[in-house]
Amino acid sequence: MRFHALRRLAMALPTLLVISVLIFALLELAPGDPMAQLPASIPEQVRADMRAALGLDRGAPVRYLLWLRQMLVVEPSVALDGLLGTNLATGSPRILSLQTRAPVMSLIAQRLPQTLVVVGLAYVIGTAAAVALGVWSAARQGTALDRAGTAIAAMGYGLPPYFTAAVLIYIFAIWLGWLPTVYDTTHRVTGWDSAAVQIRQMILPVAVLSLQTTAQITRYTRAAMLDALGQEYIRTARAKGLPRRRVLLDHALRNSWVATLTVIALGAPQVFAGAIITEQIFGVNGIGQLLIQSLHAGDLPVVQTVTMLIAVLIVLANLAADLIIARIDPRPEHA
Amino acid sequence: MLAKLIAAALLPCLPVFALAENAPARRGADGMLRLYYWQAPTTLNPYLSGGIKDVEAASMILEPLARLDPEGEMIPWLAREIPTLENGGIAADLRSITWHLRPGLTWSDGSPVTSGDVKFTLEYCMAAGSGCAQQAKFRDVIAVDTPDALTAVLRFAAPKPFPYGPFVGPQTPLLQAAQFADCLGTRAAGCTAANFGPIGTGPFRAVDFRPGDAARFDTNPAYRVPDLPAFETVLLKGGGDAITAGRAVLVTGEFDYAWNLQLGPDVLEAMASKGKGQVVTAFSTLVERMALNLREPMPRGSSTNDAKPIPHPAMADVAVRRALAMSLDRNMMTQIGYGAAGRVTCNIVPGPAAYASRANDGCAAQDIPGAQAVLTDAGWTDDNGNGVRERDGRELRFIFQTSTNAVRQDFQVLAKEWWRQIGVETELRSTDASVFFGTDADNPDTLQRFDAHIQMYASASDGPDPEAYLSGWACDNIPNAQNGWQGRNVGGWCDPAYDALLDQLSVTAELDDRAALARTLNDMLVQNYIVVPLVDRGRVSAHANTLEGVRMNAWDSELWNIAEWRRARP
Amino acid sequence: MRSPRRPGPGVLLLGAAVALVLLGPSLWPMPHSAMDLDALNAPASLAHPMGTDQLGRDLVARLIAGGRVSLAVALAAALVGTGIGLAIGIAAGMSRRLDAPLMRLTDIFLCLPLLPLLLIAASLFRAPLAAALGPEAGIFTLITLSIGATSWMGTARVLRAEVRSLMQREFIAAARLAGIGPAQMVLHHILPNVASALSVSAALAAASAILMESALSFLGLGFPPDLPSWGRLIYEGTPHLGTYPGRALWPGAMIAATVIGITCLGDALRNLAAPR
Repeated sequence: MRFHALRRLAMALPTLLVISVLIFALLELAPGDPMAQLPASIPEQVRADMRAALGLDRGAPVRYLLWLRQMLVVEPSVALDGLLGTNLATGSPRILSLQTRAPVMSLIAQRLPQTLVVVGLAYVIGTAAAVALGVWSAARQGTALDRAGTAIAAMGYGLPPYFTAAVLIYIFAIWLGWLPTVYDTTHRVTGWDSAAVQIRQMILPVAVLSLQTTAQITRYTRAAMLDALGQEYIRTARAKGLPRRRVLLDHALRNSWVATLTVIALGAPQVFAGAIITEQIFGVNGIGQLLIQSLHAGDLPVVQTVTMLIAVLIVLANLAADLIIARIDPRPEHA
Repeated sequence: MLAKLIAAALLPCLPVFALAENAPARRGADGMLRLYYWQAPTTLNPYLSGGIKDVEAASMILEPLARLDPEGEMIPWLAREIPTLENGGIAADLRSITWHLRPGLTWSDGSPVTSGDVKFTLEYCMAAGSGCAQQAKFRDVIAVDTPDALTAVLRFAAPKPFPYGPFVGPQTPLLQAAQFADCLGTRAAGCTAANFGPIGTGPFRAVDFRPGDAARFDTNPAYRVPDLPAFETVLLKGGGDAITAGRAVLVTGEFDYAWNLQLGPDVLEAMASKGKGQVVTAFSTLVERMALNLREPMPRGSSTNDAKPIPHPAMADVAVRRALAMSLDRNMMTQIGYGAAGRVTCNIVPGPAAYASRANDGCAAQDIPGAQAVLTDAGWTDDNGNGVRERDGRELRFIFQTSTNAVRQDFQVLAKEWWRQIGVETELRSTDASVFFGTDADNPDTLQRFDAHIQMYASASDGPDPEAYLSGWACDNIPNAQNGWQGRNVGGWCDPAYDALLDQLSVTAELDDRAALARTLNDMLVQNYIVVPLVDRGRVSAHANTLEGVRMNAWDSELWNIAEWRRARP
Repeated sequence: MRSPRRPGPGVLLLGAAVALVLLGPSLWPMPHSAMDLDALNAPASLAHPMGTDQLGRDLVARLIAGGRVSLAVALAAALVGTGIGLAIGIAAGMSRRLDAPLMRLTDIFLCLPLLPLLLIAASLFRAPLAAALGPEAGIFTLITLSIGATSWMGTARVLRAEVRSLMQREFIAAARLAGIGPAQMVLHHILPNVASALSVSAALAAASAILMESALSFLGLGFPPDLPSWGRLIYEGTPHLGTYPGRALWPGAMIAATVIGITCLGDALRNLAAPR
């Protein structure tokens, strides 16, 4: 088991290296000028000076190696310095955003809480709802309730999130006036009143996002439950006269966990990447919004680093899913 | 304009703020002001960005020596008065300008503002490797003398008839020397704490700045005007888009002020009709225009370094250019594309009022039969009956390019239809804005390369004086392969008479004479149809009905008088 | 589930949407770019059953034209994606030597942050492709290729497993003994047996391509404004949700109907292949 985990980890490292080359190359091949956003009244000479000050005049391989060194050595040292008060990173240039001239990692650290709070919560709610809906409709397979559940999931999948968001904003925020249209990222929860404000502003983005998650995951949970319910021992348990509820929750659900948890673990990284549109609509300025904003502004260091970070998370999620299967699934071929 | 300027200059210590009658009793009485800048600022140091969003956010904290009011006229801000020839502030040889700081000014940390800060700010921007975005404003300054703590003398390399570039307007405010002393040159980027929280003299201080996301400000305890600002804190929220911003102010009332509402006119009208707030507009010099290419575009893939460009047989004929301009319905274009945010213009320099020519009024009327007659008279006729006019075997087929943008694409479609009616066939092309306005000399799709016959874009004069802007059409400003496709004279027009007038402008100091010369230059451009001005594009923002004191300003920061903003008393 | 022989309501929905888009231009011949400058923002009328937009363009015509673009993107992207997946899946399944490297490649692609990379590709490569192929063809190529290139991994894995199990079967061994070459083998023995798995993958890929294109349109990275797709129509329509709700609701309903229909079609195909 431990050997298995180490082996998978060792395989993940070259994967990440290849991915880093791919991401860098993709950005390098593309045209686009970070200075294009400036007002036209700024003369070309000044633009050239600014470009040189940003280090854009150096060759691509040099910048790749520099970026890699910064990712692997400098930024971790900075983090260590922050934690332990050491002085490892003094003097080493950090990855700086072209737009803000601030370290990219501090931008990410600023955006992370918003993403975790809103998008993470939506993922938790969405997966919980997906499990419940999956169990429920599998237990009543073929009935009108099952069909309604499947239909809701299909609707959630088929409607583009920005369309759902626009309609929900129109109904609940504009027409009924119950909820705010904009998410205030600087809001601090200090007491009951501010907590209520926080909850109110989270309802719409969380609803839109969790509908999406539920729609995507219900398909798997329902299928996994149906699979489990079809097994021999379930029929035995039923034949023994165990209550329906216990059969469902104790036996079938427990045995469908492997598939369900795998799907949930594999989907988790999309918390950081998949919510770009919802973040954009509600002004939840998380990681996804940072990515799209930097992309529009030609701020390539941020784009590279955020994309790479998401890739790392995906690799980790794959690893986690792998280990879950190895740990829970009793079947020998996975051990 | 001149009379007002002199009046302003002659009145010593003119109070900066004309206080309204119902000003609040004390500082910070009105609680929180909520601004929505959907493009959130990414830094609070305007020297490191140049983006409007950053300059405006910083203008709450950092202030220049003089500002421009909504009419485009200079008003002293941190300076006691506007230096002029009359009051001796500008030397007779036009080689220096002397600014006197208002006495008793302090930074928000309590230390005094001195002429040393003026000198330092200039050194900060001009330091090698700083990547300062405002270098052009300081470039001609060779030295700053500080005879005393409140006097700064800026010396220029050559006579400078309009010396109000440095420290006038929100792009070049004063920085505190003590705070940025260690941030010179290449170290500028590393000073994140200072760039995100500059110490200033303005009504507010940055408390919490999150680049690209949001910022919080509180009142500057050392602000020079007692009882102001009325608001205790400012929340500046970013994210979403112009629709999110407009809705949050005009429809739901969640925010007090929404910046830059580039929305369809009908969308904006529907929002404004909810009665929660109002749309405010202001105009400066941003003109959406078509540029006509007098040169034959280079065939794709040909070597671009040889051969002088040859004149385009059709575009070089002023009759063709005139007919193209006459057949446009600028009223309809403005109405469809910009609504309240635009007005028809026939001038490339639409303001300030003294600089705007009246000679071209009436261009707005569409005249398709007239345009047809112009073409026919010039020998352009449709002899083969294919709907496209020709002369000497050359048909009037043009490529019309612009950046990808919904309004510009609408304009393209409209123009193509009108030109079809006068027998001109148009191929439309749109290029992504980052490439079209980019400066990659190797890319044939840029504004400078102008690999088409007609192109549409917007451009503005930087500040009220149009000299630098108008010199963009000088002969030596034509982009070509030899100069690496630099320059703003994209159409390739060259008229020695125009260049001579420009030379005259560069030695004229009297503001009235400057205005007259600028009008003549404008008329030469417009009446030769080198550029076809379409729409004078204003800035559009919106504020809640409960917010008072907003004086929309397109010449300076929209937040220029934020100290006077206050909550309406019911 | 329901009888596999009878098409469900979802499939009927899809049929209706496709029929509207394919037959639409002959039933409603108005061009989608024709402007009626006397009827800007017009409400529904006989001349314009769904009204017009801010340039007086007919919304029915735009909905039909948008559907053609959206469905063309879906079809092309699904072809590209399943094509790549098919090639890699069959190669990995049939050849022991290619199996490991190809599956490594698939793993690496599965680890890429696809949506961010899709956005990067769509924003950075628009201009060169548009310059090379013209604005519309360029963006179409870009969108279909980038969606296709990021969506083949599932197909490849499924097909590899299918081919693997096929290779164990006796008729393949027999064919091999008979000296049939790999090309013949794929054409006559493998493809017919993986067709149902392939069509399910293709259907799902088409559905997600429609959604992906609409997401790109929303983020301003989709087709140029003069070429409507359903995604772009929703994007243009949402600001008018309060004043002219139909502008966003109609294309929204079309996308939902099509995607749900394709998903149901995929389920039906799966049931046909493996009846319970």
